[in-house]
Amino acid sequence: MIKKYLILTMLMCGFSLIAQEHFPKNDGVKSKNTNYTAFTNAKIYVTPTQIIDKGTLLIKNGKVVATGASITIPANAVIVDVSGKSIYPSFIDLYSDFGVEKPKRQGGGGRSPQYDASREGFYWNDHVRPEQNAIDNFKFNSKSASELRKAGFGVVNTHLQDGIVRGTGALIALTNAGGDSERILDQRSGQYLSLSKSVTSRQSYPGSLMGSLALLRQMYLDADWYAEGNSSAKDRSLEALNANKNLIQIIAAGSRANDIRVDKVGDQFGIQYVILGGGDEYERINDIKATNATYILPLNFPKAYDVEDTFAASVLELEDMREWNQKPSNPKALADNGINFVFTSSSLKSPSMLKANIMKAIAYGLDKTKALEALTTAPAKVLGKSNTLGSLINGAQANFLITSGEIFEKETTVYENWVKGHKNVLEDMNVKDIRGDYSFTVAGDTYNLNISGTSSKPKATVKSGNKKLGTKVSYKDAWVNLTFTSTDTTKQEFFRLVSRVSNSDNLDGKVIFPNGNESTFLATKSSKADSKKKKSEKNGKEKSINMMPITYPNGAYGFKELPKQETILFKNATVWTNEKDGVLKNTDVLIKAGKITKIGTNLNARGAKVVDATGKHLTSGIIDEHSHIAAASINEGGQNSSAEVSIAEALNPEDIDIYRNLAGGVTSIQILHGSANPIGGRSAIIKLKWGESAENLLYSDAPKFIKFALGENVKQSNWESYGRFPQTRMGVEQLFVDYFTRAKAYDDKKKSGLTYRKDIEMETLAEILNGERFISCHSYVQSEINMLMKVAERFNFRVNTFTHILEGYKVADKMKAHGVGASTFSDWWAYKYEVNDAIPYNASIMHNVGIVTAINSDDGEMSRRLNQEAAKIVKYGDVSEEEAWKMVTLNPAKLLHLDHRVGSIKIGKDADVVLWNGHPLSVYSKAEKTIIEGVTYFDIDRDKTMRAAIKKEKSELMTMMMKDKNKGMKTQPIKKKDKPQLHCDSL
Amino acid sequence: MKNFKYIYALLMLCCTITFAQQTPASAQKDGFTIVGATAHIGNGTVIENSVIIVENGKIVSCFDGSVAKMDLKGKIIDAQGKHVYPGFIGTNTNLGLVEVDAVRATNDRDELGDMIPHIRSLIAYNAESKVVESMRPNGILIAQVTPNGGRISGTSSIMQLDAWNWEDAALKADDGIHLNWPNSFSRGRWWLGEPRGLKPNSNYSKQVEEVRAFVTESKAYLNGDKASVNLPYEAMQGLFNGEQKLYVHVNDVKGITDAIHFVKNNGIKHMVIVGGYQAHLVTDLLKSNNVAVLINHTHSVPALDDHDYDLPYKAPKLLADAGVLVGIQNGGMSNFQTRNLPFYAGQVVGQGMDKEEALKLITSNTAKILGINKRVGTLESGKDATLFISEGDALDMRTNKLTHAFINGRALSLETHQTKLWKRYSNKYKTGK
Repeated sequence: MIKKYLILTMLMCGFSLIAQEHFPKNDGVKSKNTNYTAFTNAKIYVTPTQIIDKGTLLIKNGKVVATGASITIPANAVIVDVSGKSIYPSFIDLYSDFGVEKPKRQGGGGRSPQYDASREGFYWNDHVRPEQNAIDNFKFNSKSASELRKAGFGVVNTHLQDGIVRGTGALIALTNAGGDSERILDQRSGQYLSLSKSVTSRQSYPGSLMGSLALLRQMYLDADWYAEGNSSAKDRSLEALNANKNLIQIIAAGSRANDIRVDKVGDQFGIQYVILGGGDEYERINDIKATNATYILPLNFPKAYDVEDTFAASVLELEDMREWNQKPSNPKALADNGINFVFTSSSLKSPSMLKANIMKAIAYGLDKTKALEALTTAPAKVLGKSNTLGSLINGAQANFLITSGEIFEKETTVYENWVKGHKNVLEDMNVKDIRGDYSFTVAGDTYNLNISGTSSKPKATVKSGNKKLGTKVSYKDAWVNLTFTSTDTTKQEFFRLVSRVSNSDNLDGKVIFPNGNESTFLATKSSKADSKKKKSEKNGKEKSINMMPITYPNGAYGFKELPKQETILFKNATVWTNEKDGVLKNTDVLIKAGKITKIGTNLNARGAKVVDATGKHLTSGIIDEHSHIAAASINEGGQNSSAEVSIAEALNPEDIDIYRNLAGGVTSIQILHGSANPIGGRSAIIKLKWGESAENLLYSDAPKFIKFALGENVKQSNWESYGRFPQTRMGVEQLFVDYFTRAKAYDDKKKSGLTYRKDIEMETLAEILNGERFISCHSYVQSEINMLMKVAERFNFRVNTFTHILEGYKVADKMKAHGVGASTFSDWWAYKYEVNDAIPYNASIMHNVGIVTAINSDDGEMSRRLNQEAAKIVKYGDVSEEEAWKMVTLNPAKLLHLDHRVGSIKIGKDADVVLWNGHPLSVYSKAEKTIIEGVTYFDIDRDKTMRAAIKKEKSELMTMMMKDKNKGMKTQPIKKKDKPQLHCDSL
Repeated sequence: MKNFKYIYALLMLCCTITFAQQTPASAQKDGFTIVGATAHIGNGTVIENSVIIVENGKIVSCFDGSVAKMDLKGKIIDAQGKHVYPGFIGTNTNLGLVEVDAVRATNDRDELGDMIPHIRSLIAYNAESKVVESMRPNGILIAQVTPNGGRISGTSSIMQLDAWNWEDAALKADDGIHLNWPNSFSRGRWWLGEPRGLKPNSNYSKQVEEVRAFVTESKAYLNGDKASVNLPYEAMQGLFNGEQKLYVHVNDVKGITDAIHFVKNNGIKHMVIVGGYQAHLVTDLLKSNNVAVLINHTHSVPALDDHDYDLPYKAPKLLADAGVLVGIQNGGMSNFQTRNLPFYAGQVVGQGMDKEEALKLITSNTAKILGINKRVGTLESGKDATLFISEGDALDMRTNKLTHAFINGRALSLETHQTKLWKRYSNKYKTGK
């Protein structure tokens, strides 16, 4: 019953408070409070850098009227003396879902995926939802408001966290009092975006990272086209997108790699996103700096792993252990590099963890002022509201915290969090802080008392000598009740002390003995200086943080410093030139400035590093025409054509397979899109420059390629999908005819100068028609191989490469006539129905007919021994060793139109070479050095050193984690990330 | 429409007939002698300029022709400059159980049920499989055919790879039972919102207990009057009387250790570890318990980023150097890749293992582990004449080129569906010119 009344009273208070100037008043007289409130004698952080040591903060009507050391306080002011305390502007969180409930996931829906949009009058893709407004779904949640206020927040920018475009956010003041009319500061306070789909729709596109990025690009193009009035149909999404154009654009990237990806999208359309990062930005801070973006940083620093179970701990990866050790340094790294950033509590389980994590970042060297800025002035600046939020300058909103001391100190208590001039008490600041060390004497025995915890909820321990006694304390309304056990542990006896706190620092009062007798006691507090000294000693110890060095990539086998380009002279090698000279014995090769500069005998070069290659073989680096390593996603299977997506946008330069491929002598690869669709995505052609950024892996001058596919995968024969065209090889042909017909029409219109809707997919296909982009087509049976050549001929272009091409041997004459190359497996078959007639003699037959033939991997394991796969062509079909070797070097270089740079040992070509300890085609041989443009990315001796270093560092980290656990810190259970090997059909 | 289907089926049948499997060779009538080859005995030794006499399906004699003399029998096969090897032995394969991985109708490797030792691969083995036939030209003449799935997947058999039917193919029927030891890690159920990666398997002890309970119940049943027949329990008999081996498929240190203790404590006579990714970390335990390992094939990637890139390449050597009996298995790879078995062994040579020692990984060691070493695995007199002649080193891709192969002295066809297509289309382009 009482509760009910309370709620009623609260509600009524609420109502009376929202009385506004233009509202009628029916329940009393219309009154107005024009009093001031003055907080005096405070240390005031007007901004993180403008600090008044002993000053007054004067507020009125929810706003700051004045701050300063000598303020004239008006007569009608309520004066609050806060001497000894500090006042800070309260915090702002830019990335919040406060009061905006996330929609439920759309479940079920039959066995086939959904390909089309489910809405009408909106954009063609359900995941683009700029028409959403957080304010329409907003419902003030007083419970989470209270949690946020406790953590120090006064204002949050909330939004509906669903969809790739999520619509507008709303800026909300976290005040219970005043109602929505006071809380809503801005109902269009920014537009939010992400790379993740809406849970409200099962529409399958985009099904990959590349797809999300491509969708954003096409959407911006469509919005411009729509804005020019070119559309005959209504599109509420594009209208909303255009209407939101001038708001700040906040995008959830969620990882360092994605930060850079989304920034590129923004650059193309003149948008500078504010980016929600992943907390791993420190790993490549220079690339992050180059984005010029402001970052919203999560503070969810990982807990140590519980490594007690040695078996379980053996699956921990160095990179995950390092993450625990290094991640708290992220904010410092941004600060040191002058990158703007703000903090968000959104990734924390509870906002109450904010302070501990910020303190951790500070312990890793983050400047306290920077930390404070990241919660106050920096987010206010992003919002364009520096005049009203994030500081206590005149005219700013009266959003501030009253604390017992420096805000990011462990012992500091936040007493009050004022929002828009409304007081919210977190801890009663009139409660005297009784924490400290005391000593007292009872019945002739001396006891030591320590009171710690928070000032309103203290904890206590009583010691007699070194003996710790069972102790309980309660502190309420100025009364302290303390119970402790007697020193005789065989008895269950308690001493009880009761004290009324006074102005004195000492505690005095009554003691009740176990036998019921009463007496008085006096607990004398030891001087503060002593305890402070102890504290600082303790802090000093904790501050010595041992952070492991960052490597490139930041995990196993990464480089502390990237290896440098060298001048190297190989002496006395067996050189596989792949040129007219064939295999040269006892030959020297000089590489300089990243190029092969000399081939001969008795060469000398001043300053060159000389490598004795006697008994060893030097070859050009292996080139894999068909690889799926080093990519964050491979297939965009949401549509039957995905020409708009690009693997180059989804590179993963941290993939360990890069290193392992280097150890197998591979230097260049084409990362192809998967085979989910007849028209796949654009390829990335890269060099395996381990340690470099994604951007630096790409060939600067590589020709443009795209993946096509035929057969079972694109028909979706081997899994349950029945709703997508095409389902037969007949349909596959018509799909190509349809797309190329449309691309032709598109290109004609574009060339004619008429206005056209820019379509990335059509642009890509038109490049094929114009001979500017090459097709590498996944293919198996002869009928479909023949078909694609006929379609190409009909549209006057040439298919560049058939990849897999396992029945190429059946139509080799036709392929030769068409002028297409082949990139095949050495001996794969029997895994699908369409490879029934795949034979290991395929490569040799095609080669003998005169087709440029390569051997590829499609597999991160096989690619690291492609030399052996080439050797199989000597076995199956008796191709000569030299010709077989070309199938993994020069021939793929030709297929990729890169043979002017790589593929053979020829003066002037890139110094991409491999030194083998034996015959390169032998199963017994190993790559000892793999060099790209004169840089040694793999060295078998250095590899051994790295193994030892990994072992050492892991055991050091293991020890650090165990120390953490012993200190009583929380740990997390062992886990291992899933890192599947990707293939053509990986979805 | 239906008619079309029938016509299609008929057509398919025709095709199958056209590309029918090579006819199995008939039993050896006359003796023959292979002269002049380098004989790789399979036990670590080599005889240059060897003489191998074969009669009645057996190796009568194998000796150094430059030292000893003996009457040569029957037809002389001049193998000067060539190499002779005992037939390679594949283990843990699905040969004859799966024809095309993606076509469910051709897949007979995984029966329903969790503890099904009574399920036998023997009777499902397709002797006319095109995949089986493709093994012979690479020197793989014997294979253990193993069912998969569940906790106890069933019973394997060892087959020779040239036969009219499964009965004729059986070299050792029902050689052992296969147990998939509970995994120490389980995958997050991501569809329930758990993270995708691996985490310690919270059901591990429960799953081990289930295995223990099944074994204990089987024993109790076999000790009783068996009044009511229990097929699964019945099938466990061979493990307790030593006629069959227990193949424990397990990779991690904890699992291997627990499995060895489990087998010791439950009266199972012979065990073999299959997989053994971390077996090199517990070699003392393996040796002291006399447990052999069929190690993962070498053409696989390390399990952790941190691991040596060449760990799978050198794993057999690490075990052999420590004195553990080790052979190479094919499990986890697609079936057709079993024909790369010689190259799995060759890969270990690159890591510093002696070539003849590497050969043991797919011949004599394997024969010992499978319990067929009295009949096959080496070129010693008295053994089955299951061997082949290669133009060069059979462990290296470039030189693995067979000219002859024999099973029990029977001269095999080295033609396959694939060689026929090769010749047919090579001819097409020749005549075209």
